[in-house]
Amino acid sequence: MKQAIKLAYRNLIGAGLRTWLNVSVLSFSFVVILFYNGLIDGWNKQARRDTIEWETGNGHLTHHLFDPFDPYTILDGHASINDLDVSDLNPVLVRQASIYPEGRMLTVALKGIKPNQSALKLPTQMLDTNCTEIPLLIGQNMARSSGLRKGDIALLQWKDKNGTLDAADAIIVDVFKTTVPTIDGGQLYTSINRLWEITNLKNEATFLIANKDYNGSGNIENWVFKTQDELLATLDKVIATEKASGSIFYILLMLIALLAIFDTQVLSIFRRQKEIGTYMALGMTKSQVVKLFTIEGLMYSILAMIVGCTWGIPILNYFANNGIPYPIDNMDDFGISISSIMYPIYSLKLILGTVIAVVISATIVSYLPARKITKMNAVDALKGKLQ
Amino acid sequence: MKYAIILLAILGFSFAPQQYPNADTIIKNIDDNMYSNSLISTSKMTIYGKRNNRTITSKSYTQGSTKSFTEYLAPAREKGTKMLKLEDKLWIYSPSSDRTIQISGHMLKQSLMGSDLSYEDMMDERELTDIYNAKVTGSEVIDGRKAWVIALTAKVTDATYAKQKVWVDQERYVPLRQDMIAKSGKLLKRVTLSNVQKISGRWFPKKMNYKDMLKQGKGTDFEFVSIQFNPKIPVHIFSKASLKK
Repeated sequence: MKQAIKLAYRNLIGAGLRTWLNVSVLSFSFVVILFYNGLIDGWNKQARRDTIEWETGNGHLTHHLFDPFDPYTILDGHASINDLDVSDLNPVLVRQASIYPEGRMLTVALKGIKPNQSALKLPTQMLDTNCTEIPLLIGQNMARSSGLRKGDIALLQWKDKNGTLDAADAIIVDVFKTTVPTIDGGQLYTSINRLWEITNLKNEATFLIANKDYNGSGNIENWVFKTQDELLATLDKVIATEKASGSIFYILLMLIALLAIFDTQVLSIFRRQKEIGTYMALGMTKSQVVKLFTIEGLMYSILAMIVGCTWGIPILNYFANNGIPYPIDNMDDFGISISSIMYPIYSLKLILGTVIAVVISATIVSYLPARKITKMNAVDALKGKLQ
Repeated sequence: MKYAIILLAILGFSFAPQQYPNADTIIKNIDDNMYSNSLISTSKMTIYGKRNNRTITSKSYTQGSTKSFTEYLAPAREKGTKMLKLEDKLWIYSPSSDRTIQISGHMLKQSLMGSDLSYEDMMDERELTDIYNAKVTGSEVIDGRKAWVIALTAKVTDATYAKQKVWVDQERYVPLRQDMIAKSGKLLKRVTLSNVQKISGRWFPKKMNYKDMLKQGKGTDFEFVSIQFNPKIPVHIFSKASLKK
């Protein structure tokens, strides 16, 4: 084995430019695989963290008629929370409303939430105010699309529990910045007490957000508990899809590199038939010769990884520390959390997995042409007769 | 002494409270003019936009306050679109997609064809006397016509507008202006009625302007081209099958 490795290494180095071309392409594929998967993993971790901090908390206890993806369910999807133990739960009431910034009408979801809640990162403490206008908190995207800024006053229209229209002035008390678009676009936040007062839906909620001390996990009558993982399922699926669709790029790159190794091996075996004959004449079995050539191919992957680490580690490390800016004009179009700067994460599992994948695939494409050696006639090979 | 008595009588007449007619009677007379058991009408709706105006022609069939069918006849983009209202449900058929969708919940707040009317404005066709308590609060002149000013306060909990203010032609018992007001007192919508004509023995305003007072713009004009009161309307008109015909 040691001899085989020495021979393989000498042969590779002896091949010169051909070897380094193959190694360069393979090393490039190796680094790109690590970079892309690291980016996706980093995005996933960041998105999950942000979504938990801004939207899901430790889970949602949702009214059984309410579907957050179906606005038709807002009207009836609420109930009294008097019978619930809300010590570790933060009630949210959702109603349809319209806001009129500068004479334009925008249909919005008006969400009432407790100003002193701590389950989410929303700056709801700004809603704790005694102003005559209805205090509203909006996200940056909502501010951009509506043209509203902190301190602006606009007319808000809503319906009370009986369907009677009412309207009053509302003031924007703060504009928050978040990477989670699902809590931003088309939504206004106000104090739940104020919302109860103006809609006559006292002590009613559409869903409740569990904070980290919440121990309940099951459903209660008329309420369905959704765990953090259930709420993040959509995000996980989107990221898995992104990962799968992006893999097409680096798989193609790998295929090109492996094709190059395959072609090199085929050419090598063809040109070195006399050498192969010599090995057999000196007592090596055919399988040993096959092993020698296979190891040569394997050495490509080892060299590629060494070269890849040499130039790849500084670059990957730089991106891991400084992040990659991701300019998004309208996050709402994306639908899920995505930060303006993404930090790749290179886990041990990712690195080992990539190494194993590259090594195994290089070994296979080296072995395939080397199998032809078992069909060679040793005497003809020694004579240099083409087979 | 004699002069003092005459003076007192004049003063007494001056300060005597003005006698307004009974508001409920006025409202009843309005309902008699404006509502009928059935109605077939052709109308034009002009929507004033920021850059251009659009005119949509439609034909409507109405039975009582619970059934209504409308077919849009022009322009080409809207032609073939149909709406059916039965009780508290509303469906719209779109010929371009050959689909019927039900409008409910918050969708009713959406604007009808981009106008200042919303779908829910069309939904509530109960008579005013069913929804509001009325009180005459004064008299004004609107477009040269003397009008009673009537304040309406909802007497049911599910009225869309908590209050309304109506200016009623004193002679013809036709509303000339109608203000829809929120619980907080904010003016939400204003309807201005004009071109009052006598049709089948009743006075009826053939032109209405709906204006959402919270939005900028000139509002939406609604003009009746032809009206038939109490015609016989085939039952099949008010069925979902008629949407796709």
